[in-house]
Amino acid sequence: MKRFAPLILIVVVMGLAGLAQSALNDYYQRVLSVIAINIILAVSLNLTNGYSGDFSLGHAAFMAIGAYTSAILTLPARTKAVAMPDLPPWLAQAELPFVVAALVGAGLAALVAFLVGIPVLRLRGHYLAVATLGLMVIVQVVALNWQPVTRGARGISGLPPFTTPLWAYGWMLIAVAVIWRIVHSPLGRAMMAVREDELAAACRGVSVFRTRLLAFVCGALFASIAGALWAHLITAITPSSFSFLITFNVVAMVVIGGAGSISGSVIGAVLMTLLPELLRRVETTLAIGGQPLYGLSQIVIALMMLAVMLFRPQGLMGRRELPDVLGGWVGAQRAPSPAPAEAAGEA
Amino acid sequence: MLTPSYIAQQFINALNMGSIYALVAIGLTVVYGILRLINFAHGDMMTIGAYLGLAVLTALALPAWAALLIPMLVVGALGVLIERLAYRPLRGAPEVAMLITSLAISSLIQNGATMTLTAQPRPVRLPAELTQRVDVLGVNFAVMDVVIVGLAVALMIALTLFVQRTTLGIAMRACSENVRVTQLMGVDVNRVIAVAFAISAGLAAVAGVLWSGKFGLVDPFTGFVPGLKAFVAAVIGGIGNIPGAMLGGYLLGFAEVFFVAFTPPQVSGYRDAFVFVLLLVVLLVRPTGLLGAREVNRA
Repeated sequence: MKRFAPLILIVVVMGLAGLAQSALNDYYQRVLSVIAINIILAVSLNLTNGYSGDFSLGHAAFMAIGAYTSAILTLPARTKAVAMPDLPPWLAQAELPFVVAALVGAGLAALVAFLVGIPVLRLRGHYLAVATLGLMVIVQVVALNWQPVTRGARGISGLPPFTTPLWAYGWMLIAVAVIWRIVHSPLGRAMMAVREDELAAACRGVSVFRTRLLAFVCGALFASIAGALWAHLITAITPSSFSFLITFNVVAMVVIGGAGSISGSVIGAVLMTLLPELLRRVETTLAIGGQPLYGLSQIVIALMMLAVMLFRPQGLMGRRELPDVLGGWVGAQRAPSPAPAEAAGEA
Repeated sequence: MLTPSYIAQQFINALNMGSIYALVAIGLTVVYGILRLINFAHGDMMTIGAYLGLAVLTALALPAWAALLIPMLVVGALGVLIERLAYRPLRGAPEVAMLITSLAISSLIQNGATMTLTAQPRPVRLPAELTQRVDVLGVNFAVMDVVIVGLAVALMIALTLFVQRTTLGIAMRACSENVRVTQLMGVDVNRVIAVAFAISAGLAAVAGVLWSGKFGLVDPFTGFVPGLKAFVAAVIGGIGNIPGAMLGGYLLGFAEVFFVAFTPPQVSGYRDAFVFVLLLVVLLVRPTGLLGAREVNRA
């Protein structure tokens, strides 16, 4: 029974996504897709921030790379001839299917993460946080200034609306499955060892730098996929679509859900998507002195982060996974997460 | 284009930017030296200062010096309050906890300002005697430019005297060397940290007033990017080191202004990217900064 659990989960999720796609109106389809995209973002950021213990703030940078690459590669050549007349001919001619374009973007993001990671991952803690934030600023500035390719501040609009719940949840399942496999493999255990004690990990033969770099590259890869999905959901992107706000919200999902827990990131992502969505209505309907309360949902997110830091710093799930918590459900005799990290999480 | 007066004007511009960056960087560095916290909400203290300055000038119609003094005192007190409520309970927690908290506070201030004051930028009109332009040997500048540099230098001198001469200042320096040992020597560390936060936030508020006065606008995100750039300045000089922050602030001001002034328009748009590339280069070549030789472990 236990062996088939993932398979059942996949069938159920895809079945529900298919059902949603045929039965629900545009608004609900959109919210559901955003949830899936945010799950991809949170789970992939968790790989660096939660499992390897490198606090990165550069996730929006990789999203932007994925979004712009996919946008430029999928737009019809006719549209590009009008909107982006200065594109190099091979880019202007390119009309790739969504999957291929997303994969190209992911490859590009992984390459950038690799090249940037080599110097940047020599840093730790705060320095790494600010350096990755700097990466985000750099990508944004490039998107703003590289007029012939990105159209600058005008952004690219009229993208084909490829992202449906089926696409979003398909990619989400792939992302979660791959990252779950990584975390529960020797590589994942190496990441946790690096997080707990770098020196000890190195003494046990873990290549510390390579492990951190792999986690960073893998996180970037899936962030880029999420970016592509986002671009073809909203169908318009500008440099400011991938700002600090996005990074902050993804960090909030990871922190609130529990850094070091995949189910925690999933829960955090669902919570942090639905809650602001509900509050967004309040922002415009409830008003003090005739003025709508823009910013209210972000304030609530920030307050939740503060509360979590003060009262439950390990986040909702800590370092446990859902099967651990649910106990006997779906045969949890085989403890899925490695014991040492768990013990540390409870400490 | 490259006339002597153009170069001189850019020089004044760079001195201005450098002075403001230095003031903000000092605040970051003073707190970092003691708590090892990069306060992401530091730039937002600038924003609050700028709004308060605007309110003092317009709503209260007080003279310009009050528009500096009142924000400095109020935001300084706010800094102490934030430390007491948000950072002190986390002392001893993993360093990432305080980092995340400062991110949350930053978001809280930005969105609180958006909600109460709207995201619309507000014009900041300085008193006429400050916007008046002077012409010295063919170099044209506003009185405000002189005020910015003069005030920044005065504040830096005052801070240096405070840190070198007063007991509290010496205790502050001792804390940046080693908090635990300082505590064992009978110093009230909580008081020292409170003072550090007061100085940090107060200087940021002054910088915010000057910044909004110089650019004539304030919005809820005014301080965010200068706050990040001040971090770059602090790192260039050697974070945790006050003279380093001053040096780093001016170096960054000059690098940025000259980059914009002496590159073609299609390149100068990359100014913010240039600043962060500069940060990466400095971190890689000399991770402890120009004046910070001591801190080996960058954890």
